[in-house]
Amino acid sequence: MNILCAGLNHQSAPLEIREKFAVGSHGIEEALCAVRRIDGLAGAVILSTCNRVEFYAAGLCPVRAFDSLQVLLRDRSGVEAPLYFHDTPRSVRHLFRVASGLDSMVLGETEILGQVKKAYSTAAELGATSRHLNKLFQHAFRVAKHVRTETQITRGATSVGAVAVELAGKIFGDLAGRRVMILGAGETSERTARSLVSRGVKTVIVSNRTFDRAAKLAAEIGGLAIHFDHWQNAFADVDILICSTAAPHMVLNREKLAPMIRERAGRPLFVIDLAVPRDADPAINELDGVFLYDIDSLEGIVRQSLEVRRSEIIRCEQMIADHVGAFVSWLRHHHEFRG
Amino acid sequence: MDRLLLIAATLCFLTSFGYTLYALGAGRFRLGRLNFVAILAGFAFQSAFLYLRGKAEGSCPLNSLFDVLIFQSWSLVLTYLIVGPAYRLSLLGAFSAPIALMLMLIALIAPIDQDIVRRPGINPWVETHAALSIIAYGAFGLSSVAGIMYLIQERQLKSRKASSLLYHLPPINDLAAAIGRLMGFGLILLTISFAAGFISQMPVNTVKFWASAAIWVTYGAMVVMNRVHSLAPRRLAELSIAVFAVALITLPGIQYLSSRP
Repeated sequence: MNILCAGLNHQSAPLEIREKFAVGSHGIEEALCAVRRIDGLAGAVILSTCNRVEFYAAGLCPVRAFDSLQVLLRDRSGVEAPLYFHDTPRSVRHLFRVASGLDSMVLGETEILGQVKKAYSTAAELGATSRHLNKLFQHAFRVAKHVRTETQITRGATSVGAVAVELAGKIFGDLAGRRVMILGAGETSERTARSLVSRGVKTVIVSNRTFDRAAKLAAEIGGLAIHFDHWQNAFADVDILICSTAAPHMVLNREKLAPMIRERAGRPLFVIDLAVPRDADPAINELDGVFLYDIDSLEGIVRQSLEVRRSEIIRCEQMIADHVGAFVSWLRHHHEFRG
Repeated sequence: MDRLLLIAATLCFLTSFGYTLYALGAGRFRLGRLNFVAILAGFAFQSAFLYLRGKAEGSCPLNSLFDVLIFQSWSLVLTYLIVGPAYRLSLLGAFSAPIALMLMLIALIAPIDQDIVRRPGINPWVETHAALSIIAYGAFGLSSVAGIMYLIQERQLKSRKASSLLYHLPPINDLAAAIGRLMGFGLILLTISFAAGFISQMPVNTVKFWASAAIWVTYGAMVVMNRVHSLAPRRLAELSIAVFAVALITLPGIQYLSSRP
């Protein structure tokens, strides 16, 4: 028995090609039936995400199955699919890499594992999987967990917003009930605020020189708008301050902040300065309980996270190679195998 | 047999500490079951030792500096085992193990182990006083461990570099809360211990009395100032370390004086 994999992903095909072959949730049953009708296939799983469309199947004759799949896809989309084809053991290795986030656009991202699980459970519910595919996917989930646990492939956040959320978590723990103030309604500050809201922050206060813009953003994210001249009055209860004004001078300096910090009863303050030129004087980071991150330091952490992840690739690949060996050995002992 | 139990406990804490250092060196600060199991095993060996020692001495095993150090180490680990999982501060164990290990090594290496003397006429209030005092010290010790973790995490956050430690240490807010709670818990135990001491009407050396009172007042002041927010979390963390260090350094002296009414 052979494990077959055919597909296209963000590395092999641009979006305008990938979207022609994407299989939505409504079309998955029909697509699975069509693939299973191909002669010599014992089961199939279709993984369709924004970055990849992949077909996994168990079968005896890879070349014939691939040719049939190519024809099927051409008939459905009207264009020739630039597919990659793998059979055992490369197909097994490919799935293990995909599930572990090694084949993702953002190295080590974890969303893909959920998507692989969903693709498998959908196929299983429709009765489209076989014994070998069941074993393969169960093994892939174990590999992904092993790789995540034993390496730092998922360490750190990989976007400015995600880094801000992660740091807020390291300062406050639970973000539920925290208050955020946005000074200057810019696009990045809005995205960062939205990330924080998704993690449960209670109140968002928006203050902008143009009040209408503050009101508009506040309405969009369910916050409260205040006039820019009054932001200091609402500051005492704020836990996270996001600055992104277009002011040519520092909006927040040590002299202004120190007395306000004394009134905070020891509560930490997380200042995210996304403005260029900067809104916050770097010296405020020296104040007790104040943690200042500017755009460079946030992007530096993103780079650092990606470097750490890249440095773990070799270890991940080695772990995956061991698992591929174990699975192929199982495959060889549990059915006729053509490698 | 007694000594073997102590050596086994020391090896358990050494294993936990060594594993932490290895994990740090490898950049993988993920504490698995090994760390917790090693600390739990060390605690079991210590408990067995204290049980045998108490049986032999016919009282709470706090009759020499040797006993006190082991009881102190045991109470630190006991507090961690109670508090650590409750506050989801599993890393407290990794930071507590070196202190427990240090106390055990001093007890084992220093020539402070005396011949066991069976004490006649045990006063339960004196036993309560002695045992609760040391357990209170355990809580203070753990608050100083949380203080160390707070300062490390604060440094990580201030440096604006995402190291492995940053991701694995608890949030700084939780650490500040843990310091305050552990200090409060220790203070309650110490207060009950002092009350038991007064009830027992045992003769007390004047220097020991004032030294103990100074420690109680200092921790009391820190707990109150923390409650009314007049002490910044960073200062609280620094003081938790400094005051416990002073208490630990003066412990042999207090122990010596307690044997001379």
